[in-house]
Amino acid sequence: MITEDPEELKNNTSSANIAAKDKTMAVEAQVERFSRLNRVLHILMIVSFISLALTGMTLKFSYTGWAAFLSGLFGGFEFAGYIHRFSAVIMFIVFISHIIDLIRIKQKEKKSFKEFLFGSSSMLFNKNDLKDFIGSLKWFIGLGGRPEYGRWTYWEKFDYFAVFWGIFIIGSTGLTLWFPEFFTQFMPGWVINVTTIIHSDEALLATGFIFTIHFFNTHLRPEKFPMDIVIFSGRVPLEEFKLDRPQEYKELVEKGELEKYLVEPYQPIVIRTIKIFGWTALTIGFSIIIWIIYAMLFAYR
Amino acid sequence: MYRRVRYDKPEKIFIINFLNIFLIFLLTPSLYSQDNSDCLMCHEDNSLTGTRNGKTISVFVNEKKLSSSVHSDIDCISCHVDLEGMDAHDENVEKAKCNFCHDDIQAKYDKSLHGKALAKGDRLAPGCQDCHGSHDIIPVKNSKSKVAPINIPGLCGQCHKEGSTVQLQRNIPQTHILENYSESIHGEGLLKKGLIVTATCASCHTAHDILPHTDPKSSIARRNIANTCAKCHAEIEQVHRKVIKGALWEKEANVLPACVDCHQPHEARKVFYDQGMADQDCLGCHNQKNIKASNDDRSLFVDYNGIKDSRHANISCSQCHSQVSPSHKRPCDSIIQKVDCTSCHAAVGEEYQLSTHGKLNAENDPNAPVCSECHGTHEVLGKNNPISPIFPINIPSLCAKCHREGESATVRYKGTEFNIIKNYTESIHGKGLMKSGLTVTATCTDCHTAHRELPHTDSLSSINPVNIPSTCGNCHHGIQEQFEKSIHSPKISNTDKELPTCEDCHTAHKIIRADSEGFKLKIMDQCGRCHEAISETYFDTYHGKVSQLGYTKTAKCYDCHGAHDILPIENPSSHLNRKNIVETCQKCHSSANRQFAGYFTHATHHDPEKYPWLFWTFWGMTGLLLFTFVIAGVHTILWLPRSLQWRRELKRRKLNNLNKNDNIDPHDNRRS
Repeated sequence: MITEDPEELKNNTSSANIAAKDKTMAVEAQVERFSRLNRVLHILMIVSFISLALTGMTLKFSYTGWAAFLSGLFGGFEFAGYIHRFSAVIMFIVFISHIIDLIRIKQKEKKSFKEFLFGSSSMLFNKNDLKDFIGSLKWFIGLGGRPEYGRWTYWEKFDYFAVFWGIFIIGSTGLTLWFPEFFTQFMPGWVINVTTIIHSDEALLATGFIFTIHFFNTHLRPEKFPMDIVIFSGRVPLEEFKLDRPQEYKELVEKGELEKYLVEPYQPIVIRTIKIFGWTALTIGFSIIIWIIYAMLFAYR
Repeated sequence: MYRRVRYDKPEKIFIINFLNIFLIFLLTPSLYSQDNSDCLMCHEDNSLTGTRNGKTISVFVNEKKLSSSVHSDIDCISCHVDLEGMDAHDENVEKAKCNFCHDDIQAKYDKSLHGKALAKGDRLAPGCQDCHGSHDIIPVKNSKSKVAPINIPGLCGQCHKEGSTVQLQRNIPQTHILENYSESIHGEGLLKKGLIVTATCASCHTAHDILPHTDPKSSIARRNIANTCAKCHAEIEQVHRKVIKGALWEKEANVLPACVDCHQPHEARKVFYDQGMADQDCLGCHNQKNIKASNDDRSLFVDYNGIKDSRHANISCSQCHSQVSPSHKRPCDSIIQKVDCTSCHAAVGEEYQLSTHGKLNAENDPNAPVCSECHGTHEVLGKNNPISPIFPINIPSLCAKCHREGESATVRYKGTEFNIIKNYTESIHGKGLMKSGLTVTATCTDCHTAHRELPHTDSLSSINPVNIPSTCGNCHHGIQEQFEKSIHSPKISNTDKELPTCEDCHTAHKIIRADSEGFKLKIMDQCGRCHEAISETYFDTYHGKVSQLGYTKTAKCYDCHGAHDILPIENPSSHLNRKNIVETCQKCHSSANRQFAGYFTHATHHDPEKYPWLFWTFWGMTGLLLFTFVIAGVHTILWLPRSLQWRRELKRRKLNNLNKNDNIDPHDNRRS
């Protein structure tokens, strides 16, 4: 349906500048996918999430040797607790910043609520996602080709709302554990026991999901292996973008907005820094998974 | 001349004299000898004086007193024999004589200290009258008698009180006799309680044959003292079998301590009875530095100065080395047995024989410690001397001689305590004792006793579980009181289950401060040894989890349940009683309220009956987890092969792109 001929693309972009650029450095043309704020928020999210996971897991799996070791590394349990609560605050700030950003974007782009919520760049699920999901399943079992994914795929939207849900559930139960004296003024004491279980198991779900499913979906699936740094750099090579997000590419070309998103790639030093950070986060994440599996299989009680 | 002629015929004179005497007796005796009234004619004048030895004295005789005295029926001249037949007499009258009637007593007196002194002309020596009086002697049963028991101390004290001429000028080895006596049990009985059968001076020293203790015939000579005391204390031998082995009374009575060795005469004994073998006799040989035993060459030198500083400074050699025979040329050649301390320390000896040490000794085990190994031999220093091996600070190293790892006692030992000495030294007690020099802290002997050490399995042992609270309570009395009211005390809980004692939580030799981190963290395991299920559920909650991570500020068992005063929850004094629980929570959570206290500190999500909310929350969450992971997992696994394919496609696409041969649309390829 879409012609992926680069010559045609050049023509379609109808910009001599781009065309000239393309001739000399076609490989290097990149499309900006994430705003600077979103990148910063995601980095903050990674740091706070990993801190929360590490400090929280020491408590959840306190009966393992690893827990005691890590707790010591954080300067003892008491300090680990401070780190946990500090990271939680960061996470809340990230969450609130994102909401404020959304409102700002809506105002800036002067979109109606309907457009904002159900448009192609909205994170909300829509009919297209169902189509893509079915299309994907078909593709998986060999009944069709790769669906033409748009700005956001359904699994990305799922991850996004998982975080929404997670912050709500883990955050609210976490507050009851942080301030039990306050909450027991209008709740029975056993609610704290219940919120402990919810907080702990929801955190296990979040950690497990992020460090396995999310890691696979974004970094480990063979076409991105070993990692996709787009969330840090915010940009993907145009070539890759065309293949990965054909629907979005098509829309941008149709609207003639592609040029707006074309940017130059980062310096190698920036990319290297990003990769070091990415590797660190990945390593910690996988370590936590190994630790969780170990604790569940060999030391569970 | 006439007279002379008349007297030339002896027969005549005899007859005349005989008749005269006959007439005197037969007819008018009163006409020829003095009647008492004759004497009193002059002597009833109370201003009548005479002189004796150049001193003017009253010679008034109170007829009333005389007639009420024991001698009322006796004529004056029966005692004043030198005045018989005299109408009037000059001034130098001899003292009245008592020996015509009291000849046996006089004989005793003459041999006594007082009698001999008098014979020597000692003007301080008392005669009969000095004690008994003269014309006014009344029966001894009359309490007014000068020699009635109640008056004797005062009577003797006239000369033997402190500051008297006798006490100052004569060789009397005792001082403060009267004061000491009056404070003694005898003196108190007599003088304060009027018990006239108690011992007075005369009871021990006798009334008339008073002799120095150095005289073998004296009632207070070493060998006679027991008999003297036994006059009143008849069964005293039975009483003292606890202190002095019975057999010794018969066999070696000479070496036994005399009563006064322990029960000082009057009050404080200042003289040592140097009888039998004197120390000097022993030291004749044993103060030579090179003296050695003929059989095994061990030195037999005795440092006498060392003994002088010891607790036995006043005990003579022969009292311990009791088998000496003073009559032998070498008195010690009859010694075949080692010193037996139980001759004097019988009660301690009995304890020792009960102990493991004593039992091993009875089996002739070479490792068994005997008295001297702990207390020393001649230099027995007692427990208050800092250089003594049994001074508290030195006790651990004393016991370590056998109980340090690898030494004889540890080789034999089959129990569960190891590195006892090292652990003790690092324990709170050991640090207090050895580092801070706190001598009242617990040493080995405070818990194990000094002489009756027994394994904890023995019901008599001080460290038997039943006895441990009172053993620890010797110092930690307040805690013992709390503990014995608690649910863990056998006095409260009637149960077949084993109840914990101090040692179960605090250990035996590794006791550390209860506020130290190590102790705080360990206590959960200690409680968990018996309360297994409840401690596991504790570890499922926040408190348990963080304490497992080494955080000590969180609530541990004793923070809520109490440490020594654990009580059932129904007890109004229990920390967990409904009345007190909010306060207990508030110890850490200052704004805790009634609902806050409803938090389950021992909750588990494995019990649907007891904690349905927790159970279903847990399984709800687990279900959510499984559901999410299964869906996402299946999605991912299905994706994997396609993704690999896509990767190859992309590579090919890239290559084509580089080769400017990029007409391939993967989407189209798969879709058409």
